[in-house]
Amino acid sequence: MTKAIVASGLTKHFGDVKALNGIDLEVEQGTVVGLLGPNGSGKTTTVRILSTLLKADSGSATVGGIDVASHPDDVRKVIGLTGQYAAVDNYLTGRENLELFGRLFHLSKSEAKVRAAELLERFDLEDAADRGIKGYSGGMRRRLDLAASLIGNPSVLFLDEPTTGLDPRSRQGMWDVIEGLVAEGTTVLLTTQYLEEADQLASRIVVLDHGSVIAQGTSDELKNQVGGDRIELIVTHSEDLARAEETLKPLASGATVVEEAIRKVLAPVSGGSRAIVDAVRRLDEANIDIADIALRRPTLDDVFLSLTGHVAEDAEVGPKKPGRRGGRGGKK
Amino acid sequence: MTTITPTSERSSFVWLFFDTLAVTKRHILKITRVPESLFFSLIQPVMFVLLFAFVFGGAINVGPGGAQSYREYLIPGIFAQTVMFATAGITVAISYDAQLGIMDRFRSLPMSPGAVLGGHTLANLVQNILVLVVLSITGFAVGWRIHGSIADAATAYVLMGLFAYAVTWIGAWVGLKMPNPEVASTAGLAWLFPLTFASNIFTPVSTMPGWLQPIALWNPVSCIALSARKLFGNPTPGLGSTFPETHTVLLTFIYAVAIIAIFAPLAVRAFKQNSSGGKA
Ligand SMILES: Nc1ncnc2c1ncn2[C@@H]1O[C@H](COP(=O)(O)OP(=O)(O)OP(=O)(O)O)[C@@H](O)[C@H]1O
Ligand SMILES: [Mg+2]
Repeated sequence: MTKAIVASGLTKHFGDVKALNGIDLEVEQGTVVGLLGPNGSGKTTTVRILSTLLKADSGSATVGGIDVASHPDDVRKVIGLTGQYAAVDNYLTGRENLELFGRLFHLSKSEAKVRAAELLERFDLEDAADRGIKGYSGGMRRRLDLAASLIGNPSVLFLDEPTTGLDPRSRQGMWDVIEGLVAEGTTVLLTTQYLEEADQLASRIVVLDHGSVIAQGTSDELKNQVGGDRIELIVTHSEDLARAEETLKPLASGATVVEEAIRKVLAPVSGGSRAIVDAVRRLDEANIDIADIALRRPTLDDVFLSLTGHVAEDAEVGPKKPGRRGGRGGKK
Repeated sequence: MTTITPTSERSSFVWLFFDTLAVTKRHILKITRVPESLFFSLIQPVMFVLLFAFVFGGAINVGPGGAQSYREYLIPGIFAQTVMFATAGITVAISYDAQLGIMDRFRSLPMSPGAVLGGHTLANLVQNILVLVVLSITGFAVGWRIHGSIADAATAYVLMGLFAYAVTWIGAWVGLKMPNPEVASTAGLAWLFPLTFASNIFTPVSTMPGWLQPIALWNPVSCIALSARKLFGNPTPGLGSTFPETHTVLLTFIYAVAIIAIFAPLAVRAFKQNSSGGKA
């Protein structure tokens, strides 16, 4: 397989802020890679460098085999970009926006018209096509934004948090559209803060923190990296907690954890469902009342927390890193 | 689907032209969608004319004609002031574009990089021409007259259009250098005030303190106003024999060309480098 995106050793700083600390990235043609990371981890900066909007301080990158630093114009002919913030003109209608971008992609007047109509239909915006987009809902605006990035039939698509601020239904709609594009062979680099989104769309996930890649792999690989399955037990009586932990210890493949407040015992195990059968039998023999017991596979949330949580501990000594505020920036 | 003409030196100029037209169309559409903004950009200079013509007209003496000759003196000054202050609008508009992320979309397209600003400035020129027409009519209503030849008057209008177009490039550059529209709206005015008021637009240079006179004489804003007064045959009280007073039209033309030659490349470079990334 050929690589649609290759980046090596990308660094970028803004004043004192080191936004990127040497990012290496590869995306196979026709696949989706999810770039995951907390606020300020460098997702947008990476996308902006790859989409020719920003020059890296050092390192190099190619998109569609073309060097982004030396031939940005040629890169622009094969990419589409949907930025984190809506990039359409509020005073124009949906159709006027798409036709404008089509013309600026150097389609002929008639081609631009046809392409705009195609995209409006595809994105279910026909009814609103001739209305000013001031009156569009957040979901419609996002769809129009995505449509605009497809105007030139790009082979590589950059999506920076495409579903941030959307309700679950609009988000699902967006996912369907993205899956459709991938089925047609488009390569997608997607940034997101939603692990569910990366899990659903991306075949590979790259986790960023403080401008560095801290983990990468398929969603399963990442989950395994955090640890395999674990038993989550909740006992009925809190006085049983200590005995329950002792009972599970022989089965555990690593350290057990007790969360007293919720009467919970966590035990990492290997052996899947056999382990849970074994656990239930032993607990029963020990006369411990079980309120709830489950075998849980780690979610990407666990991956994320364990990976970035570790880094956050290190950072606690120093001043808080910029860009690590809790909430999202503006509602767009 | 995607028909791309290979980039050669010639075709990039052709694309600059077509892309500029496409972006200009965007802005013209925008003007029609928000007529209020055009309305207020028209009403403001009209109010200036009425205010100065009737409120201060009697107090400022520029010649034997009294208030009437002040009005004839004033209107070309208001022309100059108006085209100067119109640049504040482009400064804010460009800053908004950058904040909304639409600049990023433009910069990720294989379009001509000069076209975004080219379209902005061209649309601004169209708006300026409209404003000059309305101002001329208002001026006529309060007693301003063209006394020179038609050719001279046409030269005056062309020169004002050129000058107006030139200074919008300064406005565009300032807009791209500012971090957000709020700052841009103050910065966009900050440089205009000294430049516009240390000039002959409201009072003759000869009435100013001695140290200010050479500055006011060479000020491009004075030059465009004086050029218009000369070409329209309006009063030019206290006219001396320094170079800006004897070669006013030539100097104004040089100023306009020089401003474009300096600020258009600066602004296009700022546009290419602008990395605010749509962040507020
Ligand atoms: N134009 C800029 N000027 C100054 N600092 C910047 C700029 N762009 C990004 N940064 C800083 O670089 C770091 C990385 O920012 P980036 O936008 O790439 O993060 P992100 O992962 O996209 O975050 P978010 O989830 O908030 O979108 C942050 O600390 C940010 O404050
Ligand atoms: Mg971001």
